[in-house]
Amino acid sequence: MTAGTAATAVTAVTADAQGVRAEQDTAAAAGQAAHEAVFDAAVAADERIEPRDWMPDAYRASLVRQIAQHAHSEIIGMQPEANWITRAPTLRRKAILMAKVQDEAGHGLYLYSAAETLGTSRDELLDKLHSGRQKYSSIFNYPTLTWADVGAIGWLVDGAAITNQVPLCRCSYGPYARAMIRVCKEESFHQRQGYEALLALSKGTEAQHAMAQDAVNRWWWPSLMMFGPPDDESAHSAQSMAWKIKRHSNDELRQRFVDIAVPQAEALGLTLPDPDLRWNEERGHYDFGPIDWTEFWDVLKGNGPCNEQRLSKRRQAHEDGAWVREAAAAYADKHSTNHPEQHTQQRTEQQENGEARA
Amino acid sequence: MTTDGWPLWEVFVRSRRGLSHTHAGSLHAPDAEMALRNARDLYTRRGEGVSLWVVPSAAITASSPDEKDPFFDPSADKPYRHPTFYEIPEGVKHL
Amino acid sequence: MTAQTTAIEAAALALGDDALVLSHRLGEWAGNAPVLEEDVALANIALDLLGQARVLLSLVGDEDELAYLREERAFRNTQLVEQPNGDFAHTIARQLYFSTYQKLLYGQLASGEGPFSGLAAKAVKEVAYHQDHAEHWTLRLGDGTPESHTRMQRACDALWRYTGEMFQPVDGLDVDLTAMENSWLASVTAVLEQATLTVPDGPRTGAWTAGAGRQGLHTEPFGRMLAEMQHLHRSHPGATW
Repeated sequence: MTAGTAATAVTAVTADAQGVRAEQDTAAAAGQAAHEAVFDAAVAADERIEPRDWMPDAYRASLVRQIAQHAHSEIIGMQPEANWITRAPTLRRKAILMAKVQDEAGHGLYLYSAAETLGTSRDELLDKLHSGRQKYSSIFNYPTLTWADVGAIGWLVDGAAITNQVPLCRCSYGPYARAMIRVCKEESFHQRQGYEALLALSKGTEAQHAMAQDAVNRWWWPSLMMFGPPDDESAHSAQSMAWKIKRHSNDELRQRFVDIAVPQAEALGLTLPDPDLRWNEERGHYDFGPIDWTEFWDVLKGNGPCNEQRLSKRRQAHEDGAWVREAAAAYADKHSTNHPEQHTQQRTEQQENGEARA
Repeated sequence: MTTDGWPLWEVFVRSRRGLSHTHAGSLHAPDAEMALRNARDLYTRRGEGVSLWVVPSAAITASSPDEKDPFFDPSADKPYRHPTFYEIPEGVKHL
Repeated sequence: MTAQTTAIEAAALALGDDALVLSHRLGEWAGNAPVLEEDVALANIALDLLGQARVLLSLVGDEDELAYLREERAFRNTQLVEQPNGDFAHTIARQLYFSTYQKLLYGQLASGEGPFSGLAAKAVKEVAYHQDHAEHWTLRLGDGTPESHTRMQRACDALWRYTGEMFQPVDGLDVDLTAMENSWLASVTAVLEQATLTVPDGPRTGAWTAGAGRQGLHTEPFGRMLAEMQHLHRSHPGATW
């Protein structure tokens, strides 16, 4: 479960491609311009950019930030659902939930790998997560209070994430697009299992139905916020779309999600907590009520119900595991003949990149 | 590139017998044995593979994008290497 | 489950409870593993075990009734598998001890003609991997850093007393326990020695550990584990999920 693009949209792009272009009177800049022309042409032609290709610094920085936030969201996103593994009400549900949380760890790994092809190590990214310098999707700062929340996360949060992610399978950066293809393929069961779990509750006892409705009431609005701020307040969306590391605007994806979710809610026998929600014949879309962006920014700033808890737990797991990681590295140094020499070498530019670089 | 001294490995998966190993992604592991096991858990948990290779990322030598033209363009003007270059009279079979 | 549990059902319950309880414990690691790759690995093992548990419990009755509605004293798992995760060393020591036992057990059952041979033929491949995983980590923790060595030794020592129980006779389980125990000792000894660890010399059974879990006597942490596991299910009697 992820929400890659939303967090990206609200984080500043630090490098300034325009500024770089201004220095075209030097020879180096001329070379740069030639590189840039090749890059622009490749993006325009919908070709993929690969790790060792020349790319603008700002493109690289944007990608690292977006992929990192996406990866962080996967691993922080394990927590609210893992919260219910030990209490899952049947063995079947328990197996499903464990497999799903495991997938999220896997998806985090795919994405960290994609980020490593840009020359940023996982250590570095984890460090930024742990120190609060990089964000994860704010949705995971909401608590899972009942079992129904597991269903609501699968249906709404994963549903929103998939809406965001499917277009990323065509992202201009090759390793990210490939990771997303793998993620989307595996994620297809996540949303369905959530919907199925909610359906069982909705059709169950009165108490179960109430539990399901309560969960949907709490998760609906935060799910809509996952698409990020409205287009006119999302400063960096335009550049990301030009680079094709984002393929649709926040509002466009949000509308797409609402249009899909409304009939699904009806089939569930649950209501969505928005009195303004109605079909607009003229637009051919559902209209929906105003989103409380004050809450969104507040949670993003760290004041959500679980920000502190999620980050503390992540840090704790990392710190508790340090001696294990050190032990395995020490053992490898002592024993392994296959241990790559790189381990003790100085890192060079060539070694910075992960995925086979062609 | 290492994580706590755990280097990066590239993972190649043979999805079924008769096919070659294909690059699947990468992961961190302290050594080759653990890399193989992590690869098994990460890249074949849905039955995607029958065989695995793990290779230290640092051991891969790749062609550079800067050399793309001298490396790959010269082969583009030798159409006589392709069967469609040759004209065969109609009706001639098995050629 | 009734008083007329057959011998085969008794055996299925013992093995099923082992798998169920250990799977639960491993599930507690989700999101807390020392490295992400290990999160994935531990979840794989937990899912294998949960799969085994579901097959075994279904031989006895309704899997959910058995898992969620029995009282602590009706569970037949060994005390070893219910021990809390502790640090990663404790989890690995528990894995080493138990997966080595399961590998031998299912190896025997798979080669026989008994009621568990089909299940065992599938499970033996799973548990061979679990044993491999535990062995590789035992070597790395035992022969890693001074800290990891100390932690691993402590864990091996602490859990040693629960290892005798696995070789107590179980009704309906037609295996050569003496041979299994000898093989288990040889296998575990070899791994520990290679890992530069000392094979613990304390007793492997005691008044509270010899067959006690199999008789429904458990350790304190097990009650809390069950309370957590069963709470939701029991809060909605008769509900469908």
